[in-house]
Amino acid sequence: MTFHLGPDLIRLDRVTCSYGSAPVLVDVDLAIGPRQFSGIVGPSGSGKTTLLRTLLGSVRPLSGEIERQPGLRVGYVPQVETINWSFPVTVSECVLMARTRGRRLPWRSRSEQAEVAEVLDRLGLGALPDRHIRDLSGGQQQRVFIARALLGRPDLLLMDEPTAGVDVSTRHEILHLLDELHEDGLAIVLTTHDLNGMAAHLPHLVCLNAAVIGDGAPRDVLTPDVLERTYGARMDVLDHAGMPVVLDRYLSDRAG
Amino acid sequence: MHDFFEPFRLEFFRNGLIVATFAGALCGLIGVYVVLKGMSFIGHGLSHAIFGGFAASTIIGVNFALGAGAWGITSALMINGVTRRRVIGADAAIGVITTASFALGIAMFDVFGRHGRNFDAALFGSILGVGTGDVLAVIGVTVTVALVVFFAYRPLLFTTFDPEVAEASGVRTARVDALLMVALAISILATMKVLGVTLIAATLVIPATVARMLTNSFSRMLLLATAIGAATGFTGMLLSWHLDVVSGPTIVLVGGALFAVVFALTGVRGRSRTANVHT
Repeated sequence: MTFHLGPDLIRLDRVTCSYGSAPVLVDVDLAIGPRQFSGIVGPSGSGKTTLLRTLLGSVRPLSGEIERQPGLRVGYVPQVETINWSFPVTVSECVLMARTRGRRLPWRSRSEQAEVAEVLDRLGLGALPDRHIRDLSGGQQQRVFIARALLGRPDLLLMDEPTAGVDVSTRHEILHLLDELHEDGLAIVLTTHDLNGMAAHLPHLVCLNAAVIGDGAPRDVLTPDVLERTYGARMDVLDHAGMPVVLDRYLSDRAG
Repeated sequence: MHDFFEPFRLEFFRNGLIVATFAGALCGLIGVYVVLKGMSFIGHGLSHAIFGGFAASTIIGVNFALGAGAWGITSALMINGVTRRRVIGADAAIGVITTASFALGIAMFDVFGRHGRNFDAALFGSILGVGTGDVLAVIGVTVTVALVVFFAYRPLLFTTFDPEVAEASGVRTARVDALLMVALAISILATMKVLGVTLIAATLVIPATVARMLTNSFSRMLLLATAIGAATGFTGMLLSWHLDVVSGPTIVLVGGALFAVVFALTGVRGRSRTANVHT
């Protein structure tokens, strides 16, 4: 399946992945085009992070084909829960990790200094280069890792649960930033559990439960049928100003 | 003051002091990675594993550096392999490999009846047997490891902090980890005579942990841990002479005292910095 007329950045063809005997992804077909902005949704253990890592190249498929555009640069923003926040690293040290290859000297060159300052300014972190990464707000922490990914000048940005555990205001901040990056031409793929606060606002969604259950615009895939097949739970979908709003039917029934 | 300068007139003490200072700096430097990667147990285990090689090379009559070096590097790479595979009970596997090697060393010394200065020195550290060759070896290893850390600073940092993204970004993390383990093995080998097998882990962990309480920057932590390691080595060796206590434990006790002082002075902020650091 293709979403764009231009050549795809990455194409997965019947990809199956496994960490042991039980497959995590089964016959996944997916194409990521230039300037695409997609969300991957699904229950816990549905293979969202594995799919992201497969796109990144850190998980090799058991079977199937993965085609990447030659010279494709992929940036990855890990889930904040996986970060060791006690690690002694400042904002600028963290961002500069994107420049690990190439220069052998420990200190940054003048051009690197300028590039780090530029990317930090762009993400509103210009005043915080020497701040420890733990001494930041949730939104700022997320932006540090986006800055690190952007310093590698990626064509595609992969983000694992960028809004997990953040408050509404921070979620808006992150969504706004991602919209800006997307408007600048960056392709973005992220995973999320947040159907109403995040997924419904994205241009394109993939519903995943080991296999791809549905993909398309939110109003096409956030349907009771697709959601039940994805999550194994019944959900109602309301229309709010042309945007789908997902309701948990169990909770609705309990509320009477 | 006369008493204070007395030991400096003795060549073996000067050698011991130089070795202790460089050994402290070396362990402080490599200890940063040991602590941040949660490898404190590996450092402890590896020093015990190398004891097996030390015993074998002493009894067979093979050069210490060759015998224990080959044994230590092989153990380090085996431990690295086990750790990277993340199989269930990797820590238990490391425990088995290293303690078995340590037990083999003790058994060999016991069977061949070679208990004595070498045995005690290897376990608890001593400056009595430190010659010019040992001084040059420790300085050489310190300079080599410092150069490795200098030129591999970026991949070592990325791999230590975020191995998965580092790997995906083109950093060969398996090689970087192997390089670190070999550097750790030769550091332990070089410092074993002065610090002793049973106490090396402390000299790897204490300077790095104290440095972590004092800074939030990785580059500053590397410099601080190296300086703290050198200072505790120097001070510990001096005190060892004046108090007439074995060098290894004295160096570790100086480090322990420094830890207590910094722990108290930096308060909650310092303690919280190390709260989740793997030690």
